[in-house]
Amino acid sequence: MNSTDTRDIDAQRAATSPADDAADDARASVLRAFGWSLARDLRIAMRSKAELGVQLLFYVIVVSLFPLSTSPSRDVLGMLGPGVLWTAALLASLLSLPRLFASDFTDGTLEQIALSPRPLPALVSGKIAAHWLTTGLPVAVMAPLLGAQYALDGEALSMLAIALLLGTPILSLLGAIGAALTLGARGGGGLLALLVLPLYAPVLIFGAGAVDAVRAGVSASAHLSLLGAGLIVAIIAVPFAAATAVRIALD
Amino acid sequence: MSEFLAMGGYAWYVWMSYGAAAIAVIVEVAALRSRRKRAFDDLRMTSAAAGPVTNVRGAR
Amino acid sequence: MLINWYRFSSPVSFYPLAGTGAHVFGVLAALFAGAGLFVALYAAPTDATQGDAYRIIYLHVPAAWMAMFIYLVMAGWSAAALGFNARLSAMMAQALAPTGALMAALALWTGAFWGRPTWGTYWAWDARMTSTLILLFLYLGIIALRNAIEDPRRADRACALLALVGAVNVPIIYFSVRWWNTLHQGSSISLTVAPKMAMTMVTGILVMTAAAWCYTIAVTLMRVQAIIVERERGATWLDSLIDLRRRDGIGRSSA
Repeated sequence: MNSTDTRDIDAQRAATSPADDAADDARASVLRAFGWSLARDLRIAMRSKAELGVQLLFYVIVVSLFPLSTSPSRDVLGMLGPGVLWTAALLASLLSLPRLFASDFTDGTLEQIALSPRPLPALVSGKIAAHWLTTGLPVAVMAPLLGAQYALDGEALSMLAIALLLGTPILSLLGAIGAALTLGARGGGGLLALLVLPLYAPVLIFGAGAVDAVRAGVSASAHLSLLGAGLIVAIIAVPFAAATAVRIALD
Repeated sequence: MSEFLAMGGYAWYVWMSYGAAAIAVIVEVAALRSRRKRAFDDLRMTSAAAGPVTNVRGAR
Repeated sequence: MLINWYRFSSPVSFYPLAGTGAHVFGVLAALFAGAGLFVALYAAPTDATQGDAYRIIYLHVPAAWMAMFIYLVMAGWSAAALGFNARLSAMMAQALAPTGALMAALALWTGAFWGRPTWGTYWAWDARMTSTLILLFLYLGIIALRNAIEDPRRADRACALLALVGAVNVPIIYFSVRWWNTLHQGSSISLTVAPKMAMTMVTGILVMTAAAWCYTIAVTLMRVQAIIVERERGATWLDSLIDLRRRDGIGRSSA
């Protein structure tokens, strides 16, 4: 009979696709949530370009000020350079972290975002990506230009750029957890620094170490591999931790 | 005895260490005692005197 | 004898257990410490190379171990607090942090005073000392976060998450610092003791570690009692505590 034939065909179609459909939906949902969140935060950040400029300027000033505290000798500066350029990057990241959640938290948008049916880790990842694009990436681009102040040669400077490109996303990711935990807490930026800087320590060690290795004429591949591995693990694990922290803050 | 205190010439290092440990223990226990006292004082001030409750054994 | 441990998962029933435990472990701590100090300061032979300065390890090693152990236990209670949303688990984690911080600080202090006569410097950037320093920062961060958040339940969950994130980081930090150390010549300084130690020395360290463990348990149980009283204010079972204390003649009535 005709109806049973159609039913059979439909049944066949249904048998092959519901799990796939669900998986596709989930994947699309995650990507859509990520994309929406990223676009939104970028749009908001672009409205206050001055603030972004100021943060980058902070980085430039800190890096430029350091030699005044020691000596202009090229040897000393060469030794200090990677550490200073990296530490200043850590501080610049810290300075911009409150921006990640605070304004959305105070006007209630964050609560709406958490209540939405979209997966919160994906939404949070979008915010973190936007944060990196507006903070970490400019620093990574700027650093080699400033590195010339520290008598670093071209090879060291390109290693600096690569290491920062790998490391600054980790800083944004780890920092997001701290930023979410300190929402609505007293103590401001100092508390955030206290929570986040110990977590930053390995990134600092391997990131600055990579540049030091190149300066010493040794291979920095181990440093970069470890940074890369750390980045992958952070990308996978941190959004869930950060989303949990956001939910805790919103309770 | 003075030989014991001298610790083979390393008296400063040894006694600064053991002294710090002793101070740490004393301060921690003292701070805890005063925290307990403060907690119970706050409790007395804020709670009404209720009748004896039987579900708590021998609190000290 | 089967004890239904779940019975103790509420602050009400745990309170008396904590009190008894604090007394028992306090006495044990005093006994172990007495024996340990006897070995450390008297019975153990003087070291050939380091002289009597080596006696600091009887404090330094237990303190450093405790700083690490306490963090792990605290992380365990934190996981329970987040997983079961249990108030008492969070209170235990809250009670452990200050003692852990104190142990870490003591480990750093004694390490410095051991390093100076032995290796000529108060501070050496070896992996263990640096990791202990970071551990201290992690403890202080958790304590600071607890004080910064007004709502106690929210503080419970936030500190629990922070403790767990820190727990993941501690091994990473340790290995990264150790790796960083091996790369830099001149860092052959490692604040470890020679592998061959006389039996008395090993015994001394173990006894002092046992003393540190018992002390930690006693102090933590005392602290969790204070925390329970602070946070369970308004619960009627607490009133009985005041009555009991007045009956036993403990504590003056408040002015």
